[in-house]
Amino acid sequence: MKKVRINGSEETVRAETVAELLRECGLEERARGLAVAVNRVVVHRQEWARARLAEGDRVEIIRLSVGG
Amino acid sequence: MDGQTNGAPSGDRLEIAGVALRSRLFMGTAGYPNQQVLTAALEAGGAEVVTAAIRRISLDAYGGSLLDVLGDRYRLLPNTSGCTTVQDAVLTAQLAREAIGTSWVKLELIGDRETLYPDAEQLVTAAEALVRDGFVVLPYCTDDPVLCRRLEDVGCAAVMPLGSPIGSGMGILNPYNLELICSRAGVPVILDAGIGTASDVVLAMELGCSGVLLNTAVAKAHDPVRMAAAMRHAVEAGIGARAAGRIPRRRYAEASSPQLGLIE
Repeated sequence: MKKVRINGSEETVRAETVAELLRECGLEERARGLAVAVNRVVVHRQEWARARLAEGDRVEIIRLSVGG
Repeated sequence: MDGQTNGAPSGDRLEIAGVALRSRLFMGTAGYPNQQVLTAALEAGGAEVVTAAIRRISLDAYGGSLLDVLGDRYRLLPNTSGCTTVQDAVLTAQLAREAIGTSWVKLELIGDRETLYPDAEQLVTAAEALVRDGFVVLPYCTDDPVLCRRLEDVGCAAVMPLGSPIGSGMGILNPYNLELICSRAGVPVILDAGIGTASDVVLAMELGCSGVLLNTAVAKAHDPVRMAAAMRHAVEAGIGARAAGRIPRRRYAEASSPQLGLIE
């Protein structure tokens, strides 16, 4: 278990990788249109399964929203 | 009204970064009463490019994805709204590219949260960084001919000066600047922000703009779908009038009826 910040809030997670984190957050099914940055660097979709998470990582998970 | 370097008039298609667009009306997707009205308004406006924001996903609740609703029918133009630093704007653009696979970005870099005026200085820096990173950059900027020139110089694919503050509906406050920008620009000029009603759109096109981006004027109209249709006609009216060439203004009357053959 490790503590990471997901979209600004501190969470304790089991996930070792970005892909596992998305699964743990229940976002796997909604992966189309998602993007992830860890410590302000974009993690490309094809790297999700390999990208390892470390204690204290700051994760941003975004999607498209209405906007002008 | 002579300079036509940006190719706005004459009914030709607007082209941005080599992509020919069938509509000169760019529409935002925020603030509509519901999704049905949003999609009907986009349809009525005939928009091809529609804007969207990039926001954190909610881990608790799942709303539908805007990408699923609009992704197949429109060219999505993600914005960097809310960003106040170069770093945030660049990261937001990169996330957008990753999320929806487009290199187009409407670059917004806000310098003041109250007026939502762009931060001109940082805007140029961010634009340059994004162009270098392979983005097609459409910056929301002030109606300043020098700033627009700088943005073009660093490789922006279009410039998007404001008519008046975002959401204000005050129309085009400085038509002289806008006309000057249009006459000097080598890239398309898209009026962005401040549109209140259809006549503002007509004026923008008459002044030489290549297109108009609007959101609130339609979304918050009493009848958004009808207003969207009006905006579509306004683009056509303005483009037509611009291409037709207006008469010069004169200070005194000139009779249009013949002066000879009057009865006595």
